[in-house]
Amino acid sequence: MKRLLLTGNGAAAWGARLAQVDYIPAFPITPQTEIIEAIGQWIDNGEMAGRMVTLESEHSMITAAGAAAATGVRVFSATSSQGLLYGMEMLFTVAGWRAPFVLANVSRGLSAPITLEPDHNDILAARDSGFLQIHCSTCQEVLDSTIIAYKLGEDAGVRLPVIVNQDGFYLSFTREPVEVPDQEQVAKFLGQFDPENTRFRASTPESQAVAVLGGAPYSYFRYESHLAALNAIKVYDRIADEYEQLFGRRYDAVESYRCEDAEYLFVMLGSFATKAKAAVDQLREAGWRIGLLRPRLLRPFPEKLFQQTLTVTKGVAVIDQNISMGKGGVLYTELASVLAGSTEPAPLLVSFIGGLGGRDITPEEFYEMAEVTKKAVQEGQAPPPRLLYTETDLRETRKLQAIAQAERSELGGSE
Amino acid sequence: MFRIRFHGRGGQGMKTASRILGTAFFIEGYEIQDAPRYGAERRGAPIFAYVRAALEPINERGVIQHPDLVIVADDTLVPAPAAGVLAGADEHTVLLINSHEEKEIWKERLNLQGPMLILPILEEVEDRAELPFIGATCAGAAARLVGVISRPSLEQAIHDELEHLGQAIVEKNLHKSLEAYDLMAEQSGSATPSPVRSAQVWENPGWIELPFEDACLSTPTIHAGATSEMLKTGLWRTMRPVIDYEHCNRCWWICSTFCPDGAIPVKEDGYPEIDYEHCKGCLICVAQCPPHAIAAIPEHKFQEDAPEGEES
Repeated sequence: MKRLLLTGNGAAAWGARLAQVDYIPAFPITPQTEIIEAIGQWIDNGEMAGRMVTLESEHSMITAAGAAAATGVRVFSATSSQGLLYGMEMLFTVAGWRAPFVLANVSRGLSAPITLEPDHNDILAARDSGFLQIHCSTCQEVLDSTIIAYKLGEDAGVRLPVIVNQDGFYLSFTREPVEVPDQEQVAKFLGQFDPENTRFRASTPESQAVAVLGGAPYSYFRYESHLAALNAIKVYDRIADEYEQLFGRRYDAVESYRCEDAEYLFVMLGSFATKAKAAVDQLREAGWRIGLLRPRLLRPFPEKLFQQTLTVTKGVAVIDQNISMGKGGVLYTELASVLAGSTEPAPLLVSFIGGLGGRDITPEEFYEMAEVTKKAVQEGQAPPPRLLYTETDLRETRKLQAIAQAERSELGGSE
Repeated sequence: MFRIRFHGRGGQGMKTASRILGTAFFIEGYEIQDAPRYGAERRGAPIFAYVRAALEPINERGVIQHPDLVIVADDTLVPAPAAGVLAGADEHTVLLINSHEEKEIWKERLNLQGPMLILPILEEVEDRAELPFIGATCAGAAARLVGVISRPSLEQAIHDELEHLGQAIVEKNLHKSLEAYDLMAEQSGSATPSPVRSAQVWENPGWIELPFEDACLSTPTIHAGATSEMLKTGLWRTMRPVIDYEHCNRCWWICSTFCPDGAIPVKEDGYPEIDYEHCKGCLICVAQCPPHAIAAIPEHKFQEDAPEGEES
């Protein structure tokens, strides 16, 4: 075990290296490219076995990953944002093959307008694909989750591909101290991948879920995938225990930070959640009973864990770094469904949308979200969803609009 | 927690500076975060990198809003709004500028409340984008200013970060970095860590209701060409091409044709003219000009020699 300074990208690459993957189909995209650069260099230097192939698009890359996984070898790939969306057709397809592999996604806001900075609309677009999703908040967690993802996806009771998600810039380009486990220990933890009947061979053609099916068999296969995903919660818990025993780091399906006796909670995904932790510390010091719940597993959704913690609180600030046009925050909707269907008293959910396209969330904004939530509880009424957006944000935008307007008239465009 | 920001131009090694400092803190037993800020980065364009260091795990993330120490590798960036050098600087922030000019001049110019230091430029270079070993130099100065990094830890950090470049380069960087470290001896410990902002009382973030606006206004579309005109990329230039009209033979404007940014229009009298608001200083025109009528001069020299009020 050694402690190194690694970026989130470097940590993902180390995860794949320690999992001793056999095949890496690749295609570059900012801010993910450093992952495949690192792996490429290791393979060149002979520090890593395995075969890397650059494909002509993410669509082909995901196809190659699924096809290779269907031969029963261990596969890793990586993408981001537009790349994930370009491969979207194949994400759904290869998940249906029930051939497990691990895909690193480095979250970046979607076009249009275009940005390089992070939010979660890319990864949430893959929410219903059949891939399991692990969301990370530190570089250490990226490395550990990549290893855990292999054990989870390859479990005979799961056999689904897994996406390990990290935020662009905030993790991908940020170095932090990361404990890199010993190779032998990781090999012992993961074991050999037993592909069972997953053994497609190029020389002996066979068909893989390509038959056109009617509703009854189609429903059967789709629902079986759903049941396998649900089963992955139990499997994940067992794997997290094993991981802690071997490596000393615990990764519950939902991270719970200072939630003991909490009246109020922040709930959010990804690396911005560590900012919420800092805010929780300060608020606790100021006398608040507040904590943070952060889902690591988003698919499957750890509903029971949420129910247990949420129902004993008064108010919950749900912070979505995504937006579903015409509805609002995705996480907010998911949490609401956890609380519905029971006559037990439920906490008030207050919806916030923030951090779109990497827009920062300041400590004061976390304090203010806590305050708004407290007030809503006192009044017994949640306010409408709030976009974290200030006068300064609008001024910056107005300046651009003024330039656009000036150019339109100057250059004879339409008004 | 220590919060340090390095500002420079693409090519000056600000990412390297942040990594050397981050590693030095790490060797001293600190938890750290170091990161560069990329955009549409290019050689010569303003970029920055930052370091956080604390003895406990770091939960804060992203760009440093309120720095304890700001180090500017290239003083021509200080007045450039796009570089954001002074963003969030207050009376607590130590500002270190790598400059030919005296502290008093900068003090008067900027009228800042916080302490200011100068890292004197000891050698003259033509192209400021190539200030030699400036990343390691800035890291060395920063390491001394925070007051918790020993000389051997700085040396080790430079070895760790640069050894892939070969021993000769490591030695040169070591020399420059330690020189800056020693130069800051008197100011050792002047950059001090600041606490996380308290939740006892806080300034209201001032959220607004985003108004609904018709699509003709709220669509990110500009129905007109030439919009990149608004971005003054001349700021990126460290070397300035200058046409000697005595020798320009008004050929079929090879310089204008080769200019990758269309920054050399041809006037009515047939002479080419460089648009310095947009010329990035790539010097392709200098290389292509058949009668060798375009010279390259360091931008900072030109600015120094320019008469008062003449900007470009």
